Amino acid sequence: MTETQPANPYGVKPYSQLRAETAARDRSLHDKVVSLEEAAARIKDGEHVAIGGCMMSRTPSALIWALVRAKRKNLTFSRSIVSSDGDIVFASGIAKKVVTSWFSQGIVWGISRVMRAWVEQGRAEFEEWSHMSMGLRYRAGAMGLPFMATRSMMGSDVGRMRVGAAKDFTCPFTGDKLLLLPALNPDVAIIHVQRCDKYGNPQIDGLPFMDHDLALAAKRVILTTERIVSNDQIRRAPDRTAFPFFTVEAVVEVPFGSAPHECYGLYEPFFTHMDLFANMTKADLDKGVADYLERFYYEPKSWTEYLERMGLANLLTAARGGESIYDD
Amino acid sequence: MTKTQPLARGTSPAHTPAYTAAELLAVMASRTLEDGQTVFAGVGIPLLAATLAQRLHAPGLTILFEGGVLGPFIVPGELPPSTNEQRCTRRANMILPITDVLLLLQRGYVDIGFLGGAQIDHYGNINSSFIGDPAKPKTRLPGTGGGNDIASLAKIVVAMKHEKRRFVEKVDFVTSPGFLSGGDSRAKSGLVSGGMHKIVTDLAVLGIDPASKRVRIDALHPGVTAEQVRDNTGFDLEIAPDVHETKPPDERELRVLRELDPDRLYIA
Repeated sequence: MTETQPANPYGVKPYSQLRAETAARDRSLHDKVVSLEEAAARIKDGEHVAIGGCMMSRTPSALIWALVRAKRKNLTFSRSIVSSDGDIVFASGIAKKVVTSWFSQGIVWGISRVMRAWVEQGRAEFEEWSHMSMGLRYRAGAMGLPFMATRSMMGSDVGRMRVGAAKDFTCPFTGDKLLLLPALNPDVAIIHVQRCDKYGNPQIDGLPFMDHDLALAAKRVILTTERIVSNDQIRRAPDRTAFPFFTVEAVVEVPFGSAPHECYGLYEPFFTHMDLFANMTKADLDKGVADYLERFYYEPKSWTEYLERMGLANLLTAARGGESIYDD
Repeated sequence: MTKTQPLARGTSPAHTPAYTAAELLAVMASRTLEDGQTVFAGVGIPLLAATLAQRLHAPGLTILFEGGVLGPFIVPGELPPSTNEQRCTRRANMILPITDVLLLLQRGYVDIGFLGGAQIDHYGNINSSFIGDPAKPKTRLPGTGGGNDIASLAKIVVAMKHEKRRFVEKVDFVTSPGFLSGGDSRAKSGLVSGGMHKIVTDLAVLGIDPASKRVRIDALHPGVTAEQVRDNTGFDLEIAPDVHETKPPDERELRVLRELDPDRLYIA
């Protein structure tokens, strides 16, 4: 009998490798606090980075900012839905590909000019999967399975474009026609949370999105957090802990770390700043993008200076909106 | 901003209140919903239509948002700007992970999904991914989001302006499947439930012929002729045997709709 390797165009990780990588990590309860720059340095050129949150919510913006400043190369990003974070990783040149279900800054700003230009001119790739398929790919990865069956994405061109990766399958029990989605086990998941302790016990308020699956699927997790709290405080409400600390390899405290996107209960999107970005990319795209990156990504000496450049009025408006969720 | 623009549509009797095209869409879409249904709605006209139905004829309607929200309570004048941020969680019954809210579709808990799109074709297939050749697109659009999942697993209602360039014989790319190439092609592909249900436009309500699975005219809005609808459609439209005229939006529907969107963000 000759052994042939099955076609694996989307690089589903062999189970033995998945287990070995997990086994090799330090999974003890230890201090994981690092600086934003140190966290960015842990992400290497060419890696697959899964972004936590969704669209304009709990985006790990500060860590993406640090990756842009570190001039990382050939990264692949994946996320349930990307907003201006997708534009930034394309425009800055750190990404060769974004894997997602929907890509634009937000409905009110129309179709992203950056996304359009980069994709239509072949400067970078936007690989499209249905939203549930993105979720099921992470979930398969989180479950230690090589695929997940679905009843979605069949018959459509979204499915047809992914042939070779997504496979038709007949259920051995019922004979139902199904589709198998390849597991997605990112090299690293970057997730922003409201609070965690120095060991990386994350607590999330509000919408959980796909973050639990991302954390379990990824080879390693880097957390950014609005606040580092004591381990005692975590233990007082363990039901609020979103995923296991032993998935986490590094913790960065970075207030307003999702700006200009929102962090549930703390601040809403910085809408004026989102308008500014959309307007700067309107007239002369390449110049607008370069000016924006210079002003907000390369020139500031620190994340605090980045926030200063966005302006106190913007920040206060966003914070007032964020806290309004608790005043109903 | 708050002025109501009268519709330039000839034959409304004197007692019929004036309404905009967007208001007509929202009201007609709301009437496609039934009490007790669970509905996936995006922001804009879909959310207005679902909320309007809830306030009028379908108090037991449950709204789902793709961001992971079950049964939100929409406060008049505080419509959320998207379905993935904190504003859309206001007074919800539950928030849950995205994958799990979408899996409610596969489990069979969702009756109706509202969708939009750049193009729609003869079999109710929707394109929101590419204009032109997908390998070398003229325009790369934002993509499916949950549209493909919703269209694969639930009955679909579309509310859109009736424009010839949007109603095309064949979409450039099937993002969200309707009845694919007609007949039983949808079921054969593995999609055994759901499918295009109604396309509500500012001219007509379109439905699906049960045998051919082609889009047809089910009803015409007051003062609109079948000819007018066909002139604005890029494919041949059959007419349902029981075609009728829709009742124009009444004062109660318009009053509640305008209370929901007092700044006229979506209904202007």
